[in-house]
Amino acid sequence: MTTQITSARSAAGPRKGSRRRPPASSATKVGRPGFAWALPAAVFFALFAIIPLIMVAVLSFMTWDGLSSPQFTGLDNWSRLMDDPVMVKSIWLTLLLTALGVALQTPLSILLGVWAAGHQRNRAVLSVIYFIPLLLSATAVSVLWRALLDPNFGIPADATWLFGDGNLFGEQATAIGVLAFVSTWQFTPFHTLIYQGAARAIPQVLYQAAEIDGAGRYRQFFHITLPQLRNAMITSMILMIVGGLTTFETVLILTQGGPGTDTTISAYYMYDKAFKSFDYGTGSAIALVLVVAATIISLIVVRVSGYDKMRSSMEGVS
Amino acid sequence: MRRRPNYLAGAGSLVWLFLVGLPLYVLLAATLRTRQDYAENGPISIPDSFTLDNYTGAFDSGFGQYFFNTLVVTGCVIGIVLLLVPPLAYAIVRSRGRATSAIFRLFLLGLAIPAQAVIVPMFYLISEAGLYDNLLGVILPTAAFCLPMSALILSGAMRDISPELYEAMAMDGASPRRMFFQLVLPLSRGGLSTIVVFSALQAWNGFLFPLVLTQSDSSKVVTLGLYNFQTEHGIDIPGLLGAVVLSMVPILLVYLFARRALVQGLMGVGGK
Repeated sequence: MTTQITSARSAAGPRKGSRRRPPASSATKVGRPGFAWALPAAVFFALFAIIPLIMVAVLSFMTWDGLSSPQFTGLDNWSRLMDDPVMVKSIWLTLLLTALGVALQTPLSILLGVWAAGHQRNRAVLSVIYFIPLLLSATAVSVLWRALLDPNFGIPADATWLFGDGNLFGEQATAIGVLAFVSTWQFTPFHTLIYQGAARAIPQVLYQAAEIDGAGRYRQFFHITLPQLRNAMITSMILMIVGGLTTFETVLILTQGGPGTDTTISAYYMYDKAFKSFDYGTGSAIALVLVVAATIISLIVVRVSGYDKMRSSMEGVS
Repeated sequence: MRRRPNYLAGAGSLVWLFLVGLPLYVLLAATLRTRQDYAENGPISIPDSFTLDNYTGAFDSGFGQYFFNTLVVTGCVIGIVLLLVPPLAYAIVRSRGRATSAIFRLFLLGLAIPAQAVIVPMFYLISEAGLYDNLLGVILPTAAFCLPMSALILSGAMRDISPELYEAMAMDGASPRRMFFQLVLPLSRGGLSTIVVFSALQAWNGFLFPLVLTQSDSSKVVTLGLYNFQTEHGIDIPGLLGAVVLSMVPILLVYLFARRALVQGLMGVGGK
């Protein structure tokens, strides 16, 4: 802290002279902090995020087993990855799970968010319960559902009329269904919060005007509520997409990528390659694919929706 | 204006209540019954036994140590964030320099970096630094990944401070440092509590860094303890769920006492 303060003082030093100017211009010459104030955080962040990010690009052209020192092997990792059927499959699975997540969570969270935006007392009480999944870590959620869906001791064993032989983890379709359901269970409350805040910000006068014109509830919903939620929808969907691309714990704990490689999504495949097969070079290449995808999407976040809008949608939250 | 009840939304919310309520009921009920009762009568049944063994069992299998480790990690991450982010956000909001806006863009870019993306080089760097299997090796990257969102939240809060206040202080000849301590910090308490809760959640719920960067029991955190418990004693479901409940107690306490800061901190988590 002390180094910060002294460096900040020296950075502000040159400006001190300007303060002796006539008071008329003082409003624009208010002492401002120099960039030294931002430096400690920037250095720390560069060290633990930016440098590793550059290293991941370099490592993707190297072979490294974690013991001997890394060796350059050119495009080897990349050409092997492109011919790797598991990698290609993992990209499709990632896209499928992400799309399923968006398709399940968006309608559900809009419905719940608009409902929870009302100020009735019962809604406030129920909202407290609804948001509980948010309080659990991804690990706890996955462990909980792994236990609840256990083929021998879980709910499916009790309800064979619904779940057949009860082993939801034994087939690709049901395993993907479980992953999509658990993500929905975990993240819907969060997106509900976004929509709740946005729905509360819709001016009531729009509804009053529609009522005078004789518009019913459903017309009001489709012609006022939904269009007014547009920004919240963009924000929420982009967050769902980024979250979907980086899903990891859920797969590791619920399915371990199985049966076989039937739920091996890219983030899990990266972990599997690097930390189970000790092929860190290939793991880095997969990681780089993830970074590029996440970066493109987050550039869209900043450009299209803007984080400022996301903050304004937080304002209705209590 | 009296309105007809909205049956569709009401029905939807009841379905959701069931989907959330049932697992939570099973979770709580399972932790208060014996393993035999759970196995014989199934998860949804009403318990016919009562025991606290599942909670004490969690502590017997090492969760006390894991809780302590997680507390250390969480405390240190909060400390680092509180040391680094307020000056950063202050510079972002108040500095006119090119260098500062370049730094701000660096952090905006940082929002896009998922932890998975850098985990391999992080493993390399932490091992080279001799911090493998050391709590410090978990603390440093976890704190670094809290910075972009915290900077965004806090600079948003600091922008709300009116320029007249700075000008008034400048009239009195206040330095940027005095403005920071006497004006900016006191007026951004709301933003500060949000970033504290946000970083605490990130650290408390963090999984990937501990998974890859630690190994032994003495440096294990709670989330990793849950994962190991599940892979090693997966059959003792009540015991496992007891550990799950214990892992959420601190967050529940924050939820009770600082709901607003928690909710906004969570919004930050989702923003990653």
